[in-house]
Amino acid sequence: MAIKVIERKPLSLAERTYIPQIVNGLGITMKNMLKPAVTLEYPDERPDIPTGYRGVPTLVKDPNGREKCVSCQLCEFVCPPKAIRITPGAIEEEADNAHVEKAPEEFEINMLRCIYCGYCQEVCPEEAIFLQDIFSLNGMSREELIFKKKKLYEIGGTLPDNHYKWDKKREAELAGNPHH
Amino acid sequence: MDLTHLIWLVTKAVLMISVVMGGAAYAVLMERKVAAAIQGRPGPNRTQIPIFGSLPVIGPFLTRIGIFQPMADGLKFLFKEDPFPKHVNAFYYVLAPLVAFIPAMTTMTVMPFGVYTGEDGIQNPMVLANLDIGILFIFAVSSLGVYGIILGGWSANSKYPFLGGIRASAQMISYELALGLSLLPVFMWFGGTLNLYDIVLGQEDLLFGFIPSWTVFYQPLSALIFLVALFAETNRLPFDMPESETDLVAGYNTEYGAFKFGLFFVGEYAHIIIGSGVFVLLFLGGWSIPYVTYPAGYVGGALSVLVFAFKVFLLVFFFMWIRWTLPRFRYDQVMDLGWRKLLPLAIANLVFYAVVIALIEQF
Repeated sequence: MAIKVIERKPLSLAERTYIPQIVNGLGITMKNMLKPAVTLEYPDERPDIPTGYRGVPTLVKDPNGREKCVSCQLCEFVCPPKAIRITPGAIEEEADNAHVEKAPEEFEINMLRCIYCGYCQEVCPEEAIFLQDIFSLNGMSREELIFKKKKLYEIGGTLPDNHYKWDKKREAELAGNPHH
Repeated sequence: MDLTHLIWLVTKAVLMISVVMGGAAYAVLMERKVAAAIQGRPGPNRTQIPIFGSLPVIGPFLTRIGIFQPMADGLKFLFKEDPFPKHVNAFYYVLAPLVAFIPAMTTMTVMPFGVYTGEDGIQNPMVLANLDIGILFIFAVSSLGVYGIILGGWSANSKYPFLGGIRASAQMISYELALGLSLLPVFMWFGGTLNLYDIVLGQEDLLFGFIPSWTVFYQPLSALIFLVALFAETNRLPFDMPESETDLVAGYNTEYGAFKFGLFFVGEYAHIIIGSGVFVLLFLGGWSIPYVTYPAGYVGGALSVLVFAFKVFLLVFFFMWIRWTLPRFRYDQVMDLGWRKLLPLAIANLVFYAVVIALIEQF
């Protein structure tokens, strides 16, 4: 193996006194001191959550305020830790969206079981359940951490809808094409 | 000595002590803030006290800059449980923080911090005791501080404090030599006076008519050696061998907590403030600034104190700035620097200025 001898220059007097290096270092720290802080003051400031983040699962409404979940129970079946429990219910005849026929009477997600895998969001045919940007949650009791339907809609809010699937169905039905 | 005079003396002393103690407390805050700024974070910005903290605009601002933090820290030191390990040598264990704290508080008695010009134009130093051997007194007493550290390290009866104590004694003895020798040229320059006030008076004129005749400008090497030795004497980074958290846990104060630790802590920062004060007096012209004479009366006196305090503040800032810039030396390098670099340099410096001063006096 060839050995390459690297010639090391002897230190100059200025380098040996160490003072220019100290002055240099002081300059660097001063530059850093004048820069703004890079930290995030967490409880007051929140980090920007990137889209596609898998936070706490929530139920959402469409921009018209219609409850999107039709209690098909696909999420309940796909949920690996069996955290979701849905009690299906019927929509009253007089309601505006009676043609949807079904809605959950109760929708429970046990946050002590949920593993934030996002399968429920992936499987939902109605785009009704989303893992949004809540990343910290706590509670004083086990009951409190079983999120009920009301709570789930509260933290879910409204998300934009690209399809308005059930509005289209109704239009088709009114136009005499019930199997659209 | 009549009673009013006595009361006046006691008031002065209490005032001075509270200023230095408060300064030490806020030096801790300043250290944390400087560290935070250099590391790109905000530093202490939460602590609030009830009434001041809720003032409209000032309250949040004061909270933000951490003004109330030292109060919280001080209260914590007072009210924390005071741990008393079973394996210590009780008498010396209690004595050590006092021995570390008292010299730091005592040295300030001879430190002039301003000048008071009477109506008749006679200038008097503002100082608790205007000793003719002021600087000797400071050296003599502040060297006692090392006993606190050695005692603390030894009486704690466990290995890390012991190592810290040994390092402290070795380091302080080594650097005391360079510290003293670096100052001899200064005293020779000012005609052999050891009185700090006279030395400041000697720095009030202009050098070559445009730069202030502060000692640092014509004895830069003395100033440098003194500053380096001062860093070592006050156990500041890059010379904080006695503490060096990474290899000695916390050094000599490992076994201490609560109030006893607080004494060490405050003593250390008081030491820094007083060391900076001495450096300002000897090398940076004390309260004198070029082209300015202080007006007679209390206003002039207060101004001179403010200028002095500002210079000390800048130097304390420099101490902290250095701390967050330089890493700690290795122990043998500290010894090497002290004995084989600084000491010969200080002696050469002394000889050089002795010759120069002799020549100046000759011609």
